[in-house]
Amino acid sequence: MTKLNSKVPEGKLKDKWSNYKAHQNLVNPANKRKIDVIIVGSGLAGGAAAASLAEMGFKVKVFCYQDSPRRAHSIAAQGGINAAKNYPNDGDTIYRLFYDTIKGGDYRSREANVYRLAEVSNEIIDQAVAQGVPFARDYSGYLDNRSFGGALVSRTFYARGQTGQQLLLGAYGALTRQIGLGNIEMYNRSELMDIVLVEGKARGIVTRNLKTGEIKSHFGHAVVLATGGYGNVFYLSTNAMGSNGSAVWKAYKKGAFFANPAFVQIHPTCIPRHGEFQSKLTLMSESLRNDGRIWVPKKKEDAEAIRAGKMRPEDIPDEDRDFYLERRYPAFGNLVPRDVASRAAKERTDKGFGIEKNSTGEGVYLDFKYAIERLGKDAIEARYGNLFQMYEKITDENPYETPMRIYPTIHYTMGGLWVDYELQSTIPGLFVAGEANFSDHGANRLGASALMQGLADGYFVLPYTIQNYLAYEITNPRLNPEEHSEFKKTEEDVKERINKLMSIQGKQSAEHFHRELGKIMWEYVGMARDEKGLKTAIEKIKALRKEFWEDLHIPGSTDTVNPELEKANRVADFLELGELMAYDALNRNESSGGHFRLEYATEEGEALRRDDEYMYVAAWEYKGDDKEPALNKEPLHYEEIEVKTRNYKTA
Amino acid sequence: MAHKTINIKLRVWRQKDAKSKGGFENYELENISVDSSFLEMIDVLNEKLVSENKEPVAYDHDCREGICGMCSLFINGRAHGPDSLVTTCQLHMRKFSDGETITIEPWRVGSFPIIKDLMVDRTAYEKIMQAGGFVSVSTGGVPDANSVTIPKADADEAMDAAACIGCGACVATCKNSSAMLFVAAKVSQLALLPQGKVEASRRAKNMVAKMDELGFGNCSNTGACEMECPKGISLAHIARLNREFLAANIRG
Repeated sequence: MTKLNSKVPEGKLKDKWSNYKAHQNLVNPANKRKIDVIIVGSGLAGGAAAASLAEMGFKVKVFCYQDSPRRAHSIAAQGGINAAKNYPNDGDTIYRLFYDTIKGGDYRSREANVYRLAEVSNEIIDQAVAQGVPFARDYSGYLDNRSFGGALVSRTFYARGQTGQQLLLGAYGALTRQIGLGNIEMYNRSELMDIVLVEGKARGIVTRNLKTGEIKSHFGHAVVLATGGYGNVFYLSTNAMGSNGSAVWKAYKKGAFFANPAFVQIHPTCIPRHGEFQSKLTLMSESLRNDGRIWVPKKKEDAEAIRAGKMRPEDIPDEDRDFYLERRYPAFGNLVPRDVASRAAKERTDKGFGIEKNSTGEGVYLDFKYAIERLGKDAIEARYGNLFQMYEKITDENPYETPMRIYPTIHYTMGGLWVDYELQSTIPGLFVAGEANFSDHGANRLGASALMQGLADGYFVLPYTIQNYLAYEITNPRLNPEEHSEFKKTEEDVKERINKLMSIQGKQSAEHFHRELGKIMWEYVGMARDEKGLKTAIEKIKALRKEFWEDLHIPGSTDTVNPELEKANRVADFLELGELMAYDALNRNESSGGHFRLEYATEEGEALRRDDEYMYVAAWEYKGDDKEPALNKEPLHYEEIEVKTRNYKTA
Repeated sequence: MAHKTINIKLRVWRQKDAKSKGGFENYELENISVDSSFLEMIDVLNEKLVSENKEPVAYDHDCREGICGMCSLFINGRAHGPDSLVTTCQLHMRKFSDGETITIEPWRVGSFPIIKDLMVDRTAYEKIMQAGGFVSVSTGGVPDANSVTIPKADADEAMDAAACIGCGACVATCKNSSAMLFVAAKVSQLALLPQGKVEASRRAKNMVAKMDELGFGNCSNTGACEMECPKGISLAHIARLNREFLAANIRG
């Protein structure tokens, strides 16, 4: 029996959101001033929600670990944002965007949430343009679109290769305007250390000031986590160095359920790693697959010669190139969804066709030769100039002349805290938005949908749904965290944890443990998983965690800038979160989206879903540090969509 | 295949906090891969320092792909180092030679006080943005995105200006510590678009006033900022800022 109530409104799918808005509770303007909302994270979801709530009249406090809210990692999204505008007149509709997203997610997301996402997608574009976001336009002066994976229409709006930056700066502008007006209190260089519950409700947070080390409590009638994904559990990923899973992990340990932690997206087109000291991996936008063709040599001896540095890709004639995505998936070709493209790259490199001149022998080519022949170099430069420049700076190779070398890497986490239709977690008063929640992408996210979801949650969903909760809070006065026992107790817990970390005085840096964890995660909980490997991972993570708490070394003190302490605090949480991911992957005896279990594949090597047993959201409940987590299931029902096996071979 | 490596000497600015006096410390590193980024090289230094129970060098960094604007650093006398059109995180060790001495300093700008070692406080930039770096539109109730057409050339030029990452290299490079290029990038982006045009003069006036109030210097058109901007923001945007500023003052 499940404890989960998704609160999906009654009625037809297309009417649910408008019915909800028509009947939900609202807070009147005089009362809004008396309500405090805490928002952790200043990316697309957090920044947009903070601005929108402050515009409505609520008092908002925003926290971010960077020195400015403008630096949240949403800024690094390159390719674009989806919307069902149908400006190109190619047959797009809200239903089609909804359908593509459900299908792309391999039928593991909640139907009503995804429909709502598609429904508000168009408003996001209107809002961004009104803010002065300089989207690409054609010579008519109208907005331009491009294509992304998993779609047969062009519905992606873009601002060169910097769409995330421009949308974030739009939200940042709105946020910053409200800071200037005094409606938002902004706390930069502040890290969430724990969440404070009073009588079972989220009532505030405890933070550490990263400049002074000060531990401080903050009160809110509700708390919103918009803290992004936990991909850095793999050490190497496309995430920012500071991206972490600590906020959602603290929430989990306070009673919020963690949904589908094993659903991780591996992006097919990243620059391969160069060596041991690599600190992060850089993505090359999916938009490049509009014009770039992916291939490896057809002949094994050619691949070997390339790896040995005896041959260059330009030396291989077209007939000896294996355009394996076009070969295997004729309908979608190079624009298959990310999980499919990543697995196909792994399949080729596992068979010995990889091209990278290092010990891994991984890597495939993304070639623009054909597009340059067809459209000219100038056209390609106009579309992807900044991406090509970035590639050249990192690799010292010119992608106009030689194909890009790419390989899949960790990019995004579809899993996250479980939320209902209102984006509320299982802790009353704790809301979760953007990548930090689990709701919209199922087992695989389509390209250009992360920006869409972050801004949908932030501008158009959460500012409404949170009021349905806050309407009952208007009679509850603000609490004084300096006097309240629950705040003081949580502060003491936080200080104890910091002291514990500082007092280990072992020999290894936090970086060392993080790197080791990353190796375990990539090998056993990465692109291909099986029962034996996942059990090994769980044992290895437990052992590494024990070693961490015995042999960690943090220099310096707690009352100043201490990057080693910051890192250790985050790695300690990753060492627990990684284990839960392995648990979830072990539980899910099927392959779906980004979760690929070797035991569950078709004869052609495609993912084998098992709808009879696993068409549910796995929501894990914390039971204690040394206890196994408990599984709660939210069954998924599809009213409007016929559940099918994904097929990208034919339209 | 073995990767090429180099040995280097480092002179790094160390400073306990804003009030303390700082100074250079010398370090040596061996076998640094030329394919590693500059910040990965500092990571190697820091892991070494941690293993010797010394405090690592504090510096700002986050996305490591040249877009968040968090990383700074004056390297061998240049903002973001010897390569052009890159941030420090995208600078690679292949730009340095074996045996070279590399000097690493923080931004030296009065309005950006040093927090620790190579970290500076850029709150002044936040305050300038709060004074007007936006279109005053609230969520909802806006027209369809295609209801207003914008000439492609204007949209492209607005995008050129909007590429600013707010890192502070322009101020750190300017002999007057002027923030004109930073302010101009935002004013120009929004002045070029019909949505931002309405408030263009007011925005220019308020942002420039805030910049002056916070102690940034005046622009004397040396163009050094443009040379060192990792995003290649053009000096032409300062000209547009001046036009808007002048218009605001004429109108009063």
